[in-house]
Amino acid sequence: MKKKLLNQPTFLLGTIITSIMLLMTFIGFFYTPYDPTQMDNSNKLAGCSLEHIMGCDNFGRDIFSRVLQGMGNTFLIAVATVTIGVVCGILLGAFTGYFGGWIDEVIMRIIDVIFAFPSILLALVFVSIFGTGKYNVVFALGIAFIPSFARIVRSEFIKYKDMDYVKSARLAGVSDLRIMFVHILPNTMTVLLSSIMIGFNNAVLSEAGMSYLGIGVQPPDASLGSMLSEAQSYLFSAPNYAIFPGVMIILLVLGFSLMADGLKSR
Amino acid sequence: MERLLEIKNLNIEFHDHDIPERVVNNFNLELAKGEIVGIVGESGSGKSMTAMAIAGLLRRHDMEKKGEIIFEGKELLHASRSEVRQYQGDDIGMIFQEPMTSLNPVKRIGWQVEESLRIHRPDMSKEERYRRAIESLRDVELEEPEKVYRQYPHELSGGMRQRVMIAAAMICEPKLLIADEPTTALDVTIQLQIVKLLQRLNQEKQTSILFISHDLSLVKKLCHRIIVMHDGNIVESGSTKEVFYQPKEEYTKQLIQAIPKLEKLIL
Repeated sequence: MKKKLLNQPTFLLGTIITSIMLLMTFIGFFYTPYDPTQMDNSNKLAGCSLEHIMGCDNFGRDIFSRVLQGMGNTFLIAVATVTIGVVCGILLGAFTGYFGGWIDEVIMRIIDVIFAFPSILLALVFVSIFGTGKYNVVFALGIAFIPSFARIVRSEFIKYKDMDYVKSARLAGVSDLRIMFVHILPNTMTVLLSSIMIGFNNAVLSEAGMSYLGIGVQPPDASLGSMLSEAQSYLFSAPNYAIFPGVMIILLVLGFSLMADGLKSR
Repeated sequence: MERLLEIKNLNIEFHDHDIPERVVNNFNLELAKGEIVGIVGESGSGKSMTAMAIAGLLRRHDMEKKGEIIFEGKELLHASRSEVRQYQGDDIGMIFQEPMTSLNPVKRIGWQVEESLRIHRPDMSKEERYRRAIESLRDVELEEPEKVYRQYPHELSGGMRQRVMIAAAMICEPKLLIADEPTTALDVTIQLQIVKLLQRLNQEKQTSILFISHDLSLVKKLCHRIIVMHDGNIVESGSTKEVFYQPKEEYTKQLIQAIPKLEKLIL
């Protein structure tokens, strides 16, 4: 199965892009060519050069180092967000889909309400209550991500709960919980995996958006979104400041989109 | 002979419309250990409903069940879900009509065959489970059980899947096997093999079998006794010979006439 997947050009391309990005992120945790917060007045808004391959920002900080660090932050936030969304989504979706009845109605209506809020707005509300910072953003985005996963899992469970093999599992005396998570859940994985990847993309974009608005990662820490937001005042004098973080966001999202696309069209 | 299962005045009614719909009406049955009883009837005659009631699968809230199902002295029809679960898979096994959809597509055959053991014999070791599963797969005359154990359902043919289903249903050596049209989705030669397999399992392990079918020629080959159902009612019941050679009711005669002639000659 793995072999067939890698033969598919979209999936292969996505995998290559994603692995390069992940590798860069991973390296960024341990090593950056310069200290990402080290300012250098002589290099303010410097262009690309051999010393600073992506140039320097308005404080003379090395953009390449900041991109590496920023990708780490962005990645961590995206992973944490998607994890919260997926775990809660699976639990809610599984219970509502499998058991149905009035509990299903109540939970799904609550989820509809959350779904009706734009995620950025929801996050803004959270941040204004709990204050800015990485963890509050993760929490806020995580909650905003629950509904889409819960709906996907729920519809899958409704599809599978009356299948013959679920009936025969019930007939073997298997408990409801075990049927839900051992018998049905693995069947939903194909659909779930591609939606996890799309969810990951949305999380990267939302984080970038939040940091752009100044409520995500706080300076002097870098994230791809906050770099973009700082770069917008220098768009014409130092285009490389905006281009490189932007390109990184695009590549990160593109890699996962291609992988999700490959998974879906299998 | 010792009595295994007794059904007294079973009534099943659906209440999902304004007028309640009765699908099984005053069904009575006694089943001895080691006996094979066939329930025949056309589609919609209530035979599958009866089977599901015995297996404890009828748990819809819009349904009214009356009567008694007594399995080894224990009333099962109105018992709680957890009480019924003690019996399901352990003392009562069931196989379904459609072998293509009754195996989980993402799990290996071995895992699925072992599932009842995992539930009902939790202290059994992994190696012992494996040994039992292989034995069970060999029992249903599957070649290379070690290979089948590691395969996925899509790699097997319909007949092989139905054998796997029987192996999974038989692994805890149940006292009662309910076979709900186990041959309908298979072609004729495989049907005969499955029937012979059921016959052999019945003789070797003394498993009682409730065989539900609309194929009278197979029922005639396999069953000791026959119950003919029509519109939820028992039309006629008796030993296979009686029902086939001296049918009393007009409906039974019609059913027997409906067996294709050529098949009658061959069998």
